[in-house]
Amino acid sequence: MARLTVNGTDYDVPLEETTPLLWALRDALELTGTKFGCGIAACGACTVLVDGQATRACVMPLAAVEGKPIHTIEGAAARKPWLAVREAWIAEQVPQCGYCQPGMVMATLALLESNPAPTDADIDAAITNICRCGTYPRIRKAIHRAAAGLARGAR
Amino acid sequence: MNKLRRRLLIAAGLVGGALVVGGYFFYRERDRLRLPEGLVASPGESWLTGWLRIGADGTVTVAVPRQEMGQGISTALPMLVAEELDCDPASLRYEQAPVDPLYANATMIADGVPFRPDDHGWLARLARHSQYKVGELLGVQATGGSTSVRDGWEVMRQAGAAARSMLVAAAAARWNVSAAECRTGPGLVRHVASDRSLSYGELVAEAARQPIPRRPALKDPAQYRLIGTALPRLDVPAKTEGSAQFGVDVRVPGLRYAALAQCPVFGGVLKRVDAARAKAMPGVQAVVELAATSTSAAAVAVVADGWWRAQSALAALEIEWHEGPHAALDTAAQRAMYADLLTQGEARAYESVGNAPLELAAAKQVVQARYEVPYLAHAAMEPINCTALVDKGRCTIWVGSQSPTLVQWLAAGAAGVGRDAVTVHTPYLGGGFGRRFEMDVVVQAAAIARRLPGTPVQLLWSREEDLQHDAYRPMALSQLRCALDAQGGIHAWHHRIVSQSCTGGLTARLLPAAASDLMKDKTSAEGAFDLPYAMPHRLVEHVLVHQPVPVGFWRSVGHSYNAFFVECFLDEAAQAAKRDPYELRRALLAQSPRHLRVLETAAQKAGWGSPLPPRNGRGIALAESFHSIVAQVAEVEVSADGALRVKRVVCAIDCGKAVNPDIVAAQMESGIVFGLTAALHGEITLKGGRVEQGNFPSYDMVRMADCPKIEVHIVESGWEHLGGVGEPGTPPIAPAVANAVFAATGQRLRKLPIRLA
Repeated sequence: MARLTVNGTDYDVPLEETTPLLWALRDALELTGTKFGCGIAACGACTVLVDGQATRACVMPLAAVEGKPIHTIEGAAARKPWLAVREAWIAEQVPQCGYCQPGMVMATLALLESNPAPTDADIDAAITNICRCGTYPRIRKAIHRAAAGLARGAR
Repeated sequence: MNKLRRRLLIAAGLVGGALVVGGYFFYRERDRLRLPEGLVASPGESWLTGWLRIGADGTVTVAVPRQEMGQGISTALPMLVAEELDCDPASLRYEQAPVDPLYANATMIADGVPFRPDDHGWLARLARHSQYKVGELLGVQATGGSTSVRDGWEVMRQAGAAARSMLVAAAAARWNVSAAECRTGPGLVRHVASDRSLSYGELVAEAARQPIPRRPALKDPAQYRLIGTALPRLDVPAKTEGSAQFGVDVRVPGLRYAALAQCPVFGGVLKRVDAARAKAMPGVQAVVELAATSTSAAAVAVVADGWWRAQSALAALEIEWHEGPHAALDTAAQRAMYADLLTQGEARAYESVGNAPLELAAAKQVVQARYEVPYLAHAAMEPINCTALVDKGRCTIWVGSQSPTLVQWLAAGAAGVGRDAVTVHTPYLGGGFGRRFEMDVVVQAAAIARRLPGTPVQLLWSREEDLQHDAYRPMALSQLRCALDAQGGIHAWHHRIVSQSCTGGLTARLLPAAASDLMKDKTSAEGAFDLPYAMPHRLVEHVLVHQPVPVGFWRSVGHSYNAFFVECFLDEAAQAAKRDPYELRRALLAQSPRHLRVLETAAQKAGWGSPLPPRNGRGIALAESFHSIVAQVAEVEVSADGALRVKRVVCAIDCGKAVNPDIVAAQMESGIVFGLTAALHGEITLKGGRVEQGNFPSYDMVRMADCPKIEVHIVESGWEHLGGVGEPGTPPIAPAVANAVFAATGQRLRKLPIRLA
């Protein structure tokens, strides 16, 4: 049994504490926005925020995240850059198949929370998720657009 | 009457009957606007044709016959309907059409005939028409071959126009005026003379009682207001917010989860499994042995109350496999065998014009090279999965599939029910690329669910199972020879390819009774036998090889390797002729104005010929595939320590006209990144009868930091030249990059993935 705080709600999850967070989210809590892609933290499809940090949930045991605030794509609206990111993602028409996008969006939220005006090099370093449809050029544009939106909002 | 005469009469009768029946189907036009049985509508909604329904609030829901897997078809096809319907684009919704022959893709079947796209002779036309009719008879819904817009172009516009005319008729009846006096605006019908109007929502119930016109008049394309615009995709908000449901996200009451281990050696079978320890693990409900079928590999599956528990229990199984006859298969031996076949194998000619062998034997200057590419996996981001429920003689399947019709057929067999007893739900596909034509996971999931009646089971493969049990892009080896003429053109061209057949492989897996080598598989030589270049003597041949490794459709299929062979070799010919590779292509395309414009657009936008820093280079490639013409210029830099960086790609495409130019651009970007991943990283190798790669570190992908700047330029030529866009972006990128590396370093690359000296 593990006690998790996901998107501001507490849950008791009846799973072994070695279970990766991804499967507690998807199968026990039925929060299916967080995706399974590789199971070894190589693709980033499962990216969630733990304590505000982009975290690959497929290798993160429940024991390591108990008591920490977890945000998934379903709770992305609670994060400050969300509206700017959402607007930018739609304006740039980023998603294609869309499967990797929740992970991309969560990684972007973490980036913009710590660095509201990232350079191309910052984006390269922070966004290491895989998109098989090749939406990278649009993600890059969308991150810059979201950053500009945040800057306008801050003024 | 003697025996012989009676037999002759019977035979004549049979042939005559076949001709009558065949002729009927051959010339009969399908009613493509009919309402299939079992369509569902909410209160207040009515279907107008089998392609759209309208609600009382004016919401227009389009039944999209193709699967959305990222290519934007759930926006492009509704645009066709909306244009003719004259509705407000903001009122557009879409849903996947149910399984019904109405929604079959006959164009994809017709495209399979091995004729050049520019061949409009009687034989080619007859063959295409016959295949189209076969496609109609098969009635298979399939998303592939970059055919969706071409197949839907006529019927989806007709559906919109028919619905519009039914709405007008309903309004005219209500007002007691002539339909000719009525006009439509966004979402409403107006009677101009009396200044009255009614919304589509107010009219739809009465419109649904009007007869469906068979051949409604279509707009003049010059009047289009929506087609040709960058309407935002209908699926983007849900995919941004994470609410889009993929196959793997299906959650139904009582759902159980299954993980599986398949025999690691191709063609092996299960010898023995000791499941005692696994069955004692928490949450485990069942261990199911799955025999190998023509469609799927032998496997053992664990069913549990969560996927992680099922996957963990797999490790506790003690499995022994009979590895079977292919346990010694390895890539090095295959390559040696293919090399032998290249010179000694029995080749089939796909194109023979003039006498290339003779001209080559007599030529003063012959250029010759061998090229090769490896097997490739699809590695769609959503791992392979299928959810199945078998209960009381019925089967329900939820799966992101490129062919829901085949899902219905194959699941019926595996579940032990009739096809009519199978209901197929198709959520979003987390990438398809050809992989989701395969039915292995459907057969396995239905077989598991059959053992657990009443329990819905979601079977999900690990990434390792996905990479090691794919239907791969075939490994291919190729030899090219050409003779130059005195002007530096190409006088004779001989290309011989060795590979397995994708279509043959897929047919053997899905419809084994129909599998045969008699028909030439167009996909094996596409992009090789149908070149646009003017070369008076041409011989293009293919040597078919059978291997136990499953091969299938991989984004752009044969074009994915043939464009690499042809376009790199053309650069070698240019070098031998001491000509600029772009200028050589221009000369060879002098009589092909559409190709020439695409080539020149890419070159000009890329600044072809302008100076570059040292160790930088540009490469150009052109490929016509799926009725679209694409040229790309890649700009690369090779550092002193040999690191390759693709900095910029300029792409020009002629797909006739763009229904939605932003989706066309997105598909070019997507095809380029997909092809670049293959060029830089993609390689599946075998040792001991099993695939050596397991997950993304050993089968790596292009990521953000390696992704070049991409520019797309759409060159329009007209609606009569409509072509596909899902695949054509992929073929030119590998040769463009390889040619750019040569320009930067002088190293000729004849093998993928690219490995610099």
